[in-house]
This record gives sequence, structure tokens and C-alpha cells, in this order.
Amino acid sequence: MTAVALQLLHLLLMLAVAPALTGLVRKVKALLLGRRGAPVLQPYRDIARLLRKEAIVADSASWLFRVAPYLVFTAVWLGVSLVPAFSLDLLLAPTADLIALVALLGGARFFTALAGLDVGTSFGGIGTSRELMIASLAEPAMLMVIFTVSLLVGTTALAHIAGTLLVHPVGLRVSLGLGLVAITMVAIAENARVPVDNPATHLELTMVHEAMILEYSGRHLALMEGAAMLKLLLYLSLIACMFTPWAMAPPGAGPREIGIGLVAWLGKMAAGGVLLALFETSIAKMRVFRVSEFLAAALLLGLLAVIFLYVSKGL
Amino acid sequence: MSLLLTVAAAGGLLAAGLIGLAGNRRPEVQRLVYILSIAAMGVVVWAAFSYLLWPPADADATLVLPIGLPSLQPGSPLETHFRLDALSAYFLLVLGLLGSAVGLFAIGYGRHEREPARVLTFYPVFLAGMILVLVADDAFAFLVAWEFMSLSSWFLVLAGHRAEETRRAAYVYLLMAGVGTMALLLAFGLLAGVAGDYSFAAIRAGHLANLSTALVVVLALVGAGSKAGLMPLHAWLPLAHPAAPSHVSALMSGAMTKVALYAIIRILFDLVGPIGWWVGVIVVAIGAASAFMGVLYGLFQRDLKTLLAYSTIENVGIIAVGLGLALMFRANGLAALAALALTAALLHALNHALLKGLLFCGAGAVLDATGLRDIERLGALIHRMPVTATTFLVGAAGLAALPPLNGFVSEWLTFQAILTGPQLPQWELKFGVVVVGALLALTAALAAALFVRAFGIVFLGRPRSAAAAGAVDAGPSMRAALILLAATCVLLGVMPLPAVGLIDPVSRQIIGHSLPGLGAANLLWFVPLPGSYTSYSGLVILVAVAGIAVVVMLLVHGFASNRVRRAPAWDCGFPDPRPQTQYSADSLAQPLRRVFGTSLFRARERVDMPAPGDRRAARLEVRLRDLIWECLYLPVADGLAWFTGRINVLQFLTIRRYLTMMFVALALLLTVVAITQ
Repeated sequence: MTAVALQLLHLLLMLAVAPALTGLVRKVKALLLGRRGAPVLQPYRDIARLLRKEAIVADSASWLFRVAPYLVFTAVWLGVSLVPAFSLDLLLAPTADLIALVALLGGARFFTALAGLDVGTSFGGIGTSRELMIASLAEPAMLMVIFTVSLLVGTTALAHIAGTLLVHPVGLRVSLGLGLVAITMVAIAENARVPVDNPATHLELTMVHEAMILEYSGRHLALMEGAAMLKLLLYLSLIACMFTPWAMAPPGAGPREIGIGLVAWLGKMAAGGVLLALFETSIAKMRVFRVSEFLAAALLLGLLAVIFLYVSKGL
Repeated sequence: MSLLLTVAAAGGLLAAGLIGLAGNRRPEVQRLVYILSIAAMGVVVWAAFSYLLWPPADADATLVLPIGLPSLQPGSPLETHFRLDALSAYFLLVLGLLGSAVGLFAIGYGRHEREPARVLTFYPVFLAGMILVLVADDAFAFLVAWEFMSLSSWFLVLAGHRAEETRRAAYVYLLMAGVGTMALLLAFGLLAGVAGDYSFAAIRAGHLANLSTALVVVLALVGAGSKAGLMPLHAWLPLAHPAAPSHVSALMSGAMTKVALYAIIRILFDLVGPIGWWVGVIVVAIGAASAFMGVLYGLFQRDLKTLLAYSTIENVGIIAVGLGLALMFRANGLAALAALALTAALLHALNHALLKGLLFCGAGAVLDATGLRDIERLGALIHRMPVTATTFLVGAAGLAALPPLNGFVSEWLTFQAILTGPQLPQWELKFGVVVVGALLALTAALAAALFVRAFGIVFLGRPRSAAAAGAVDAGPSMRAALILLAATCVLLGVMPLPAVGLIDPVSRQIIGHSLPGLGAANLLWFVPLPGSYTSYSGLVILVAVAGIAVVVMLLVHGFASNRVRRAPAWDCGFPDPRPQTQYSADSLAQPLRRVFGTSLFRARERVDMPAPGDRRAARLEVRLRDLIWECLYLPVADGLAWFTGRINVLQFLTIRRYLTMMFVALALLLTVVAITQ
């Protein structure tokens, strides 16, 4: 029963927190650049405004274009609800392990990419083609991180990874450090952040994610934007769950522990958002064809993490 | 009983081939041949199902026909042996499921065949050949059935013989099939040993020296691996599979590659006896290379069916990785993990057969409607061909390994097997498995890119030619076959456990161990290795995604806005009505071509931009080179041509010279005999 309640709380909490996280990142970035910036709650207003507007659909669009936002949003929402945040007791947690989670996000990307091609414009195509390149390099790097963690813990089920690391801390390990760097690079690429992509741009030569969803408007755009916000929350939550599982409530915990876990998780997310903003303001966006080198570095770091783990275990 | 039914089905198919030959001009005979083939495939499915679900008491019963190869031992009878075991039954099931759906598709598709005799005669023979390969229990029966399969499929490839490239494809295929069969012949010769008993039972009982084992492994991988499309002997596959009529392409890619994999499993897991882990290393290395290179080649193809054929190479590679891992685990005594890897491979064989059958049939429907295979001239078919488009999307998403479809379950299992790789004791394997994992992850991501490109360019956007703009959806039997295949794929993805249960007898037969998670499994949660807590549920994903999506849609429509306005595309304010301004397939693949193609395909781009004021058109030239073809096949072909050119002289000698040659040969032979005695 508590698992059901916690799962429902988790689902709604994710939906409630995601826009605030994006708003926080934007606010901190603005402050760092010496601007005042929009309030943290601005993304809620944006989404509410978009939801109320009528949706304009291009003449050449098919049913896929109209279905894709719902599928993408739902897949990402389901994905984020499978990542333990403040409690390890989740009803849906056995649905997907880390690999299935990555594949679920891959499904969301598959439909976003198809939606980019559906209208038959050049900008949609440019976004799709670049997204495919970035994704195909980010996924192997992600798998290497999964490999490292599964070697340490012996499972790819997220709740068990966090649970094991919570009870038996493995201490500081070189492999985990390398893995953390690798997954951060993957997260930056997957969430279309600087230096891989710029979420604030509408300059055609630099867009990737924004180009794919260029033709969307109204409620469809609101869902696509919402999915992007949820995805950012998902990756931050995932990193927190795998590398800093502190203060998460174990299964069967009382309300006090769950409360502590909740506060700790909110703190982690806020810290992650501030760090992301710091990183984004301190680095310049790179050319599209430098992205492959960036992600190849992530892949090599992941491989190194596995090899270091072998070496350290063997000795 | 199952065996008898299966062999009878094969006999019936051979008879159907004769009917096809006799009355091929009449449409009702065409329909009859395909209906007969569906019936035979139905019998095969039933026989395989009943064998796997209720293994008969006389499981070892064999069927002996009084025709065959004279044995070296004097007095032994002329016999051909057939036998059904769990391994054969499973592959018969794969063949039967695909074959019956493809037969349904062919009823509608075959009507437009210009020379039906060329298809109707050989289509049932091809199916019969594959059935007989799977139930053969001696090397003679196996090779004869193998040649039936090869040659009938060669005739089917030649069905469209008026096109020059089809003739070239068929020529390359015939050469490679010949080389493959010769390798298998030699492998069986080594397996039979000096005693010369070619029945599988005798081969199993015999023992091989280390060198012979190594030779058998290499020869089997050359012979069966070339038929399966494993690199580097894949070159015929992307030529021959697309050249055949689409329903035959579906069978060649979906079923014949699986029959070849069956041959590999039969020889490596069963006939040679215990072998070292190094065999697994070879198989995994070849598989990983095939998977990665196959998908990369496919990414840059313009022909829809060629692209699908390269994707077949990719998936056969993934299956081979699973098989190789199973060999490694088995050689190290890790039977439970070997069962996991084998289950992954066999499940992927079934999934790929159905998915690729679906996609080739979809490509056939597109070809039928537009007459085009070049994806750069298609587009927007989702508006005109809704059923084909939707089912093709299911197949594309399945092969892109997206949950909750079936392609994902088997790839997920393969990854689980790879993640257990570090339990192998050998250090070189521990490191190698990690690299293979990275390569397979790259492959999976590139496969998603490939299918976004294939589906997006063919079915989405705006039509790029008049033929694409005027297409109509496939006929009723074709639509029914597509829907049937797509529904099976969804069902297998959501409920993989019944299929895993069917693999269990195979796993017990050739590994001697069940998949550990099978005992504790229920329909909802799939936990392959109970100790690792790793689980997956396609059903929950399907229900959750579909359910939540509907709820979200109702909420948004009810409380926010449900107004829709159709308008011209926005495109940053510069929409251009000409369809050429869309992204093309080549430009879609350009970033990936830059990243991977520059070194692996020596991709070169040349831009010819006229100076301002010059009115000629700008040109972009892209050149890709097939290095495997250039570095492996062409030198061999050139060497053979040179050599045969040289010895051609021997055909034009005087009688005096011939007599001299005979004398010299005789003298040489006598010297050899004198030295060795």
C-alpha cells in the first residue's frame, strides 16, 4: 500500500518539480551573466499559457506529429518515475532496469526525431540528423557507466543499486569518479545543454533539439517542453541516485525518514541545477562536429572506469 | 508424429512446386500454391509447437528413408536419416511462423508477378529445403537439403532476371553459395572421420583431434556463416536478398539466415563435442564486427531493401554475439549464464525473423504501390498507405530495440549476458566482453538512427515523386499479413515468457541447464537471473505509456484546449513548397557519415559551388568506398582471374605435349609413392 502511495506521490512530485528546476537553472544563469532573469516559477506560466493556446498543425503533418508529444511526454514521465528519488520503495521500480530506462528514453527520442521529419521542412531534418549523431555516441558511453556500476553492485536494477550503495558504501573509487564525469557528459548531451546544444537559441545553425520541435505550437509544444524539463530532472535524479544516494528512505521507512529523504532530494536537485548553470556559463558552445569528440571522450572515460575497476579488484 | 508431419509437409511443398510449374499462368493456381504453402507451414508450426510443449516419449525416434549415400563400410544400407529434437523444433517454429505469414502476404503480392513460373515453382521448394535442413540427421541429407535451399533461392533471386544488377547479384550469390557448401562438405568430411559414417549420431560419438576441431570450426563458420551473412563473407547478402521478390526477400532474410545459424549451432554446440572458449571468442568477434559494420553500411544506403538487408547482417551479428558468449560460458562451466546467452540469441532469432519479415513485406507493399525502392524518391506514404506505414513503424521500432516491442527484449537479454561477462575467469575475455558491450550499444543506437532514417524518409515528410504522391495502400491479403506480423511482434514483446519457455527445452538439450529465472517467472515480471534482481516488464511499460498518454490527452483536451488549426508549415518563416527543400536521406545521414564514414568508408565530399553570377547548378559529390569488397573480394577475384588465365593455355596444347605432361605427372606420383612407402 505504501508503495502505491509513494509511487503516486513520486509521479506527481516529479511533474511539480521539473519546471522549477529548469526555472532555477535559467535564473542562476541570468544572475551569473549579470541579468536579473525571469522568476523561477516562469516555466509554469509558460506551460500554462501554451496549454491554453490553440495548436497549429502544418498542412503536411500526419497523425504521428499529433501523437508524438503525448508519447514522448509519457515515456519520459514514466522514465523519471522509475528512478528512485527520496524513497527506494517504488511500485513500478521492477518495470525497467537501467538498460530498459535508457531504451525508454531512446523511444522518446525516436518519436521526437520522427516528428522532426514529419512536416517535411529543412529545419526539422537538420535537428533530427544531428540528434541521431549525438544519441548514437551518447548511448555507448551511458552503457559503459552502467557496466561500471553493475560490476560494483552486481545488478542494473536502480532501487537495488541505490540500496546497496546506501548500506555498503564502496568509498571513493577512481572508477566511480570517471563514471560520474562520463555520465555527466552524457547528461549534458542528452539534455541539449551547452556546450553540445543551446536550449535558449533559435539561431538555425546551432539548434538541435529546438529544431526538431520547431513546428510545434500550443499544447503540443507545452508537452514537448514539459518532456524536456522532465528529462533534465530525470538525469539529475539518476546521477543523484547512483552516486549520492544519501538520506534516501529505505523500503518500509516511516514518514520522518521519507520527509528527510524528500528534503535531501530537493537539496540535491537544487545543487545540481546550480552546478549545471555554473558549468554552462563558464564554457562556450562547440561546433556540431566537435560534439563527436566530446562524446568519444565520455565513452573512453566509461571504458577506463571499467578497466580501473578490474585492476583495483584484481589487486 | 511431429517428425512425420514435418517431413510430410516438406513433401507436400515439393508437390506444390510441381503444381506451380504446371499451371503457373492461371491466377487460381497461383493462389493455390500459396495456400498450400501456408497449410504446410501451419502443419510445421503445429508439429514444432507440440514437440516443444509436450515432448513425446519416443523423443529420439528417427525417420529413415531408403535412399541415400552408399557408406564406405561394405554391406551397410543406403539410408537418409531425419530426426526432430528441441533445437530443430525451435527453428522449425521460427520458419513456420514467418513462412505462413509471408505466404498470406504473397497471395496478394504475387499477383503482379510478370513471370510467375519463376517464383511459383521454386517458392515451395525453397521452403521444403529449409524444413529438410532443420530435420536432417545425417550429413548427406543435410547437404542435399542445404543445396535445395541454396539453389531454389538462387532461382528466386533470378526471378527478375531482366535487370542487369539482378543477374550480377545472382552470380555473386551462386559463387558464395558454392564456396559455402564446399566448406560445409569438408567440415562434415572431417567430422565423419576415417570411418566415414555420416549419420549425426555417429559423428556425435566420435572424437576429433585438436587440429581437426579447429578446422571444423573454421569451415563451419565459413560455410554456414557466409549463408547467415556474417562478415566478411556477407557481400552476397545485400545484393541477393533485395533482388528477389519481396516476399522471398522476407524469407531469405528472416528464415534462411536463421537456418544457417541453426547449422552453426548444430555443428559448434552439438556435433563437434566439447570445445575450448577460443571458439566463443571467434564467434563473438565476428558477430560484433558484423553487427557494427552491418548497421553502418545500412545507414548510408538509398535502396530500401538493401538497407533492410544490411540490417539483417547487423542482427545476425547480435545473435552470433549471444551464441559466442554461450560457448564461452559453457566452456568455463558457467551453465546458467550460458543458458542466459543462448536464450538471448535464440529469442533474437525469432524476433528478428518476424520483424524483418514484417519490414520486407512492408517494403514490398511500398514497391508494389509506387514501383520505387529508392528512398530519395519516396515520402509522405503515411497519408496514402496508413496500414503499411503503421505496421512498418512497429517493425522499425522493434528493430531499433525500443520497449515494449520484442526486439528490445532479446537485445536486453543479450546485454544482461554481456554484463555477466566479468564472471568469466580469463582476463582477456573480461576485457573483451566490455568492448563488445560498447560496440553493441553503439550498434543499437545506430540501428535506431537507421530506422528513423528509413521510416522518416519513406513515410513522413512530403512526397518526393509523382509515384509516391499517387500511391494506394496494399490489398487485403497483404494488409492482413502485415497486421498479423505486427501484432505478433507486439505480443512477443509484451509477453516474452511463453517464447522463453519454448526455448527452455533447447537450452536443456544443448547446454544442460535452464534459464535460472524461468522457474520463478510469472507473466508480468521477467527476471532472467534471480540473484541480480534485474527485471523488466514490457506489459507494464505498454499499459503505463498507453494509459498515461490517454489520460494526459483527455486532461489536456478537457481542461486546457482542444482547438486545432491547419496552416502552412512555419519553417522559421521561410517555407518552400518544393519537396526538394526537405531533408533528404543522404543529408540526414551526413553527420554520422562524417563521424564514422571518413575512416571506415573513406567517405569524401566534394562541393562545387559556382562563383556569384555563374548560373550553373551547385554540385555536391559524395563518394563512399566499400573497403571489404575492395580489399578482400577484388584481390581474390583478380588472383583467380589471373590464375585461370594462365592455366587456360593448357587447353590448347598439341597431343605430344599432353602425352609429355601425363608422363611427367606419372613419374612425379611414382616418386611420391616411392618416398612415402
